[in-house]
Amino acid sequence: MKFARVIGTVVATRKAEGLEGVKFLVVQLLDERRQPRGDPQIAADATAQAGRGELVFVVGSREAAQALPVVFVPADLAITGIVDEVDDDPELRRRGPTAAWTTSG
Amino acid sequence: MYIGKVVGNVVSTIKISHLDGRKLLLVNQLDLQGNETDDYDIAVDVVQAGPGDTVLVIDEGNGARQILHLDPGAIRAVIVGIVDQVALAD
Repeated sequence: MKFARVIGTVVATRKAEGLEGVKFLVVQLLDERRQPRGDPQIAADATAQAGRGELVFVVGSREAAQALPVVFVPADLAITGIVDEVDDDPELRRRGPTAAWTTSG
Repeated sequence: MYIGKVVGNVVSTIKISHLDGRKLLLVNQLDLQGNETDDYDIAVDVVQAGPGDTVLVIDEGNGARQILHLDPGAIRAVIVGIVDQVALAD
């Protein structure tokens, strides 16, 4: 899953079978520091509770449809959660990996 | 699969049912030298990994569903191991 910011809503009255009642939102995908990366996309809201401005996480590909009430539907991006808090530690980023890292030869 | 570094916890109250009770960690993908890349995942942890740990991540839906006993399951990224050592041939 990746971070995304909800930046808009999409209204579609006529939709493919199985997508009835599913809310679509415009999301801007973010990098791990929550900065915009790539083009905005349309995501189906599997939480049914995400709103504009919120930090969420999304799942792509075939797993997107599996988050929705009807599993076999044409959706390739779904919001699977709303982020309350991320406690990433800048100190951890400066440290090297905990695994022993060796090159033999 | 790839090797990554856990850099934090992601807390979420409102989420899909597949994620209920599961720990979510922010993982940065590492390159062959062990340096962080700009790829990352918010991954489900099944091995009690914690911030700072070097971990093994699977990013594939069928494998994730199998490990988590979910069908359907809208999860791709799962931390499936804590890495002790990486040894590369020259």
